[in-house]
Amino acid sequence: MPNKKKSLGAIVKNGLLTENPTFRLVLGTCPTLAVTTSAMNGLGMGAAATFVLVFSNLVISLLRNFIPDTVRIPSFIVVISTFVTIVEMIMKAYLPALNEARGMFIPLIVVNCIILARAEAFASKNGPIASIADGLGMGIGFTCALVLIGCIRELIGNGTIFGAQVMTAGYESMLLIIMPAGGFLVFGTVLGIFNAITAHTVKKKEGSAA
Amino acid sequence: MNGITRILLFMVSCVLTHNFIFSRFLGCCPFLGVSRKVETAASMGVAVTFVMALASLFTWLVNHLILIPFDLEYLQTISFILVIAALVQFVEMFLKKSSPSLYSALGIYLPLITTNCAVLGVAVLNVNENYNLGYSVLNGVFGALGFMLAIVLMAGVRERLETSKIPEPLKGFPITLICASLMAIAFMGFAGLA
Repeated sequence: MPNKKKSLGAIVKNGLLTENPTFRLVLGTCPTLAVTTSAMNGLGMGAAATFVLVFSNLVISLLRNFIPDTVRIPSFIVVISTFVTIVEMIMKAYLPALNEARGMFIPLIVVNCIILARAEAFASKNGPIASIADGLGMGIGFTCALVLIGCIRELIGNGTIFGAQVMTAGYESMLLIIMPAGGFLVFGTVLGIFNAITAHTVKKKEGSAA
Repeated sequence: MNGITRILLFMVSCVLTHNFIFSRFLGCCPFLGVSRKVETAASMGVAVTFVMALASLFTWLVNHLILIPFDLEYLQTISFILVIAALVQFVEMFLKKSSPSLYSALGIYLPLITTNCAVLGVAVLNVNENYNLGYSVLNGVFGALGFMLAIVLMAGVRERLETSKIPEPLKGFPITLICASLMAIAFMGFAGLA
């Protein structure tokens, strides 16, 4: 296994930066667009997804030698939806406001491609500790992306960040950015900037090597 | 308002005003992933429509005949996704036997429908909105037609994008998202309809 040599820190960093699920792999776009109307919503969704990612990765990695290859996708989905149901119940009990705001997208974590993709690509091939690290890295990477987009949309569309007033009182909030159209626009722009920065640093590295 | 007008308005609102992609953000992954060519986008749309109609029907039945009578509503997510996965598998097997040409046209897109959040989304939506059986199925069929409209339009735009000059960092997903944003603004124009 080539991954064995990788340290746990490197696995976490892989999810955070090199293979950031939102900006690099462009997975899980539906929740990214739908819940990022405010930074707080993004954080809540990110935390829920991270929880599911870590535990489903752990369980799938423990069961990886018992699940027959032919029925692995349905088995993964059952494991994932179990944890999603747990999250849903916790949300309903402790965070009713967040649940009201974007409650529909909590059950939809089941079909979030990030989680199934990590189960298939990482957890089913690696040990439990490495899988937890991978889930944590991917989850935090996803959360960072959601919070970043949430901050931008909340700032432009509402003049606040995490509910605190940032813009001066005379600021005319641009409602379009909070609406669905704005979600696509901000996500596209952020992705473009991210690509530009990556291309720039790669060029710099090549320049210094030569 | 009589019954027929109400149903017609409901259909229009599913396709245009509450479009699955542009106003509910459901099914964005295939919308971005499978919209490179008009033909593949259209076959994906047909397959999704088929599965979503069946999924709304069966999840409604499961919910009202099994989960609610036995007080098992907390199992909704798990049972819905299993119903959908089984349904997709069944449709795949059925098409393979009965219409091999359609089966090969849909190819890899069929199994992918399981993880299309529009399918699970329509099931959850039907429960949240308390639709009856008829409305649930209509919601499935016309919501899926709205999805198909969006993905085919997007594929048409992307075919043109291939040959146009785009700044390097915006190539691929970013420019697609920005186009989607402009299309979403256009769809906002339907807001007064229903």
